[in-house]
Amino acid sequence: MLDAKIPEGKLQDKWNNYKAKCNIVNPANKKKLDIIVVGAGLAGSSAAATFGELGYNVKVFFFQDSARRAHSVAAQGGVNAAKNYQYDGDNVYRMFYDTIKGGDFRSREANTYRLAECSASLIDQAVAQGVPFGREYGGYLSNRSFGGVQVKRTFYARGQTGQQLLLGAYSAMMRQVNTGKVKLYNRHEMLDVVIIDGKARGIIARNLATGEIERHAAHTVVLATGGYGKIYFLSTLAMGCNGSAAWRSHKKGAYMAGVSWVQIHPTCLPQSGDHQSKLTLMSESLRNDGRIWVPKQKGDDRHPNDIPPEERDYYLERRYPSFGNLAPRDIASRAAKERIDAGHGVGANKNAVYLDFRTAINEYGENVIRERYGNLFRMYEKITGINAYKEPMKISPAAHFTMGGLWVDYELMTSVPGLFALGECNFSDHGANRLGANSLLQACVDGYFIAPLTVGNYLSGEIKTGKISADHPEFEKTEKEARELLDKLVNIKGNKTSDHYHRTLGRILWDKVGLERSKESLEAAIKEIRELREDFWQNLMVPGTKEEINSELEKAGRVADYLELAELMAFDALNRDESCGAHFRSEYQTDEGEAMRNDDDFAYVSSWEFDPKGEEPILHKEVLEFETVTPTVRSYK
Amino acid sequence: MKVTLKVWRQKDAQSKGAFETYPMDNVNEDSSFLEMLDMLNESLTVQGKMPVEFDSDCREGICGQCGMVINGRANGHLEGTTTCQLHMRSFKDGETIYIEPFRASAFPVIRDLKVDRESLDRIIIAGGFISSHTGSAPEANSIPIGHATAESAFDSAACIGCGSCVATCKNSSASLFTAAKITHLAKLPQGQVEARKRALNMVKQMDIEGFGACTNTEACEVECPQNISVMNIARMNWEFHKAIL
Repeated sequence: MLDAKIPEGKLQDKWNNYKAKCNIVNPANKKKLDIIVVGAGLAGSSAAATFGELGYNVKVFFFQDSARRAHSVAAQGGVNAAKNYQYDGDNVYRMFYDTIKGGDFRSREANTYRLAECSASLIDQAVAQGVPFGREYGGYLSNRSFGGVQVKRTFYARGQTGQQLLLGAYSAMMRQVNTGKVKLYNRHEMLDVVIIDGKARGIIARNLATGEIERHAAHTVVLATGGYGKIYFLSTLAMGCNGSAAWRSHKKGAYMAGVSWVQIHPTCLPQSGDHQSKLTLMSESLRNDGRIWVPKQKGDDRHPNDIPPEERDYYLERRYPSFGNLAPRDIASRAAKERIDAGHGVGANKNAVYLDFRTAINEYGENVIRERYGNLFRMYEKITGINAYKEPMKISPAAHFTMGGLWVDYELMTSVPGLFALGECNFSDHGANRLGANSLLQACVDGYFIAPLTVGNYLSGEIKTGKISADHPEFEKTEKEARELLDKLVNIKGNKTSDHYHRTLGRILWDKVGLERSKESLEAAIKEIRELREDFWQNLMVPGTKEEINSELEKAGRVADYLELAELMAFDALNRDESCGAHFRSEYQTDEGEAMRNDDDFAYVSSWEFDPKGEEPILHKEVLEFETVTPTVRSYK
Repeated sequence: MKVTLKVWRQKDAQSKGAFETYPMDNVNEDSSFLEMLDMLNESLTVQGKMPVEFDSDCREGICGQCGMVINGRANGHLEGTTTCQLHMRSFKDGETIYIEPFRASAFPVIRDLKVDRESLDRIIIAGGFISSHTGSAPEANSIPIGHATAESAFDSAACIGCGSCVATCKNSSASLFTAAKITHLAKLPQGQVEARKRALNMVKQMDIEGFGACTNTEACEVECPQNISVMNIARMNWEFHKAIL
């Protein structure tokens, strides 16, 4: 049975009750305890910095060349916090409610409330580190609006909020490297987690610069490895983002939950051809001032500036008058897809919609818009060659964030004792759809404020364990398996690249497990994924050896995992005969094309166990109990 | 479009490197420079040959992981641009393009175009932080910071740590990188408590790593993808001299 270990008490008292009663480790004993952190984005760096400050011995592993580069760096628009600096009616409860409603009532109340509750402290923390948030002329912090809410609670550092928060966490972690409490392993990839007597006790890692395979032992392993949205090949994620640490942990017993809940972000640059390696995100903050429209007439080939206002369909304003252009991401993406599929798409491939700043430029002047979004307009021009002050941007939905991930309890521990998952790699706070500017928040709150206490609670039971030895037979066995997998990939010597398989898989998922799914499309996807996987293990080409730097081998390992994870995504979506958040089953919609949720049968988290022998994964249901809110039909009209 | 690539291939830091020639047909001019290299690598891989190793991650110009010298200039000929933001439409059909790694003794080559920039991390480890541990922060609005001060601190904080400044400097100096962090933190009230120690430790580490000294050629500012100003270096020198007095 899955036990989320939700603390006793009223919703607003749960975290305080937990903090009051959890076990802690005294300073002399912390020195004897070792923690491995995998991933050095916001969640990993903030956790590692805080573990180091507390006095634990920390090793941090990440594939990038520096800890300052993880993809948290690319988050643009902002981070939410219930500071109520605008006195516009914001408070912790409202933020909690917006988040749980935004997630279409498919997340745990207690986790979501805690996220909102800890949000204000994060802003304090970041300011103390020197994060240069935007400020008013009086010197106080400034806020902007984001999708799915009606207050201004988003703090921002121009269009580079993720970068500045990450540099804050990175610098805090570097301070601990200076004191010797944190040791960094850059250009390292986790190949597997080592489990001894049912507990996570270390990892097998590959040094990507040399090819060496290494064993690292610790009392606990904390994964902060981000999301797997790159599984769609074309996504807003970085080239190296991957799901391998999560997937390999899943194969060692950690359950995965809500796996098919992938956020498709509405404002990305459209696909222009087969050469593309990724799709670039344009911050949601642009929807504060940009208006989204398509021509009313199908296939209208006129230049956008030549189409008069009455011949434009501002479809978000039309369909969702109270939220308009700031409708949540899942809704904005589906509405775009609906217009594109109906023949109103624009651009060379008819796969985009317009994001138009003309109204805002007329109202505030070009300079104000430049100060607010200058870097985004510059980025747009670099990629497309188009000046968006003069004509509308063309945008299109793209895979962005995975709400699903490793199942964790209230303490952020997976179903494997001693194995924790923080940030995007867990499933916990966002339900079936994440609100904008809540992702940076979750990564930071998990890392700075939650894991230091909950991991401490776990480690309080490890004081007498003594050093974990990497000579244990389980290390030997797991290392052997990891080596065998690499050998297998290198020795196929076929004629197709990892990118070929990744691209093909991405197309299957986009078409059949994307913005819209159906029983029929999902069953077809499972069949096609299995065939593709078969082909991969017959015809893959990885040049060179495993004993050297080999980026093709890195890619091959990740794609091998994607080919398995993709199937679980399809099973997850197939199981859920309802539409909720990012999961839109075409069979379950209203006459107006809105999602039809089914709380009677599906108010649970689908948590999946890997079955090495079976054809299909094993489902465990964590029933969602709503004690404080009443799930309602989610309306932004 | 067609281009001819002359790519620096080098097995490791100890080996001697050399240019290899790769003719590229059917390059989509809307593709990015790195997507064009992906295309090269895919064709090498299918033939069982080792692809060209290069670093890149976000491909949005913000992570700072990519970076190579293109036709003699760090990140190519466009200003304020990382390598990943360079697009093929800014090259001429039929052009020959020379691609080399960032060259500096503090950036040893790992393979081909991949270099080791851990030296920059070690400069941050020496003091590029404010010592505030989790839980110790006061209420955020208790420290008012003027709009202009915050914006100017941001201009320095925007550094992406790519090392283009080092690669373009004839002295391989990391002054712009180091100065940007010293200045970012010195401009903010929170950072002033440790400003003296920070300037001394970071400058010292920069020397230990083998980066050269700054001789004010200002080439770094020209090649910086984030347009970080050399005025940061003036501020670093000021902070450093205040500290040694």
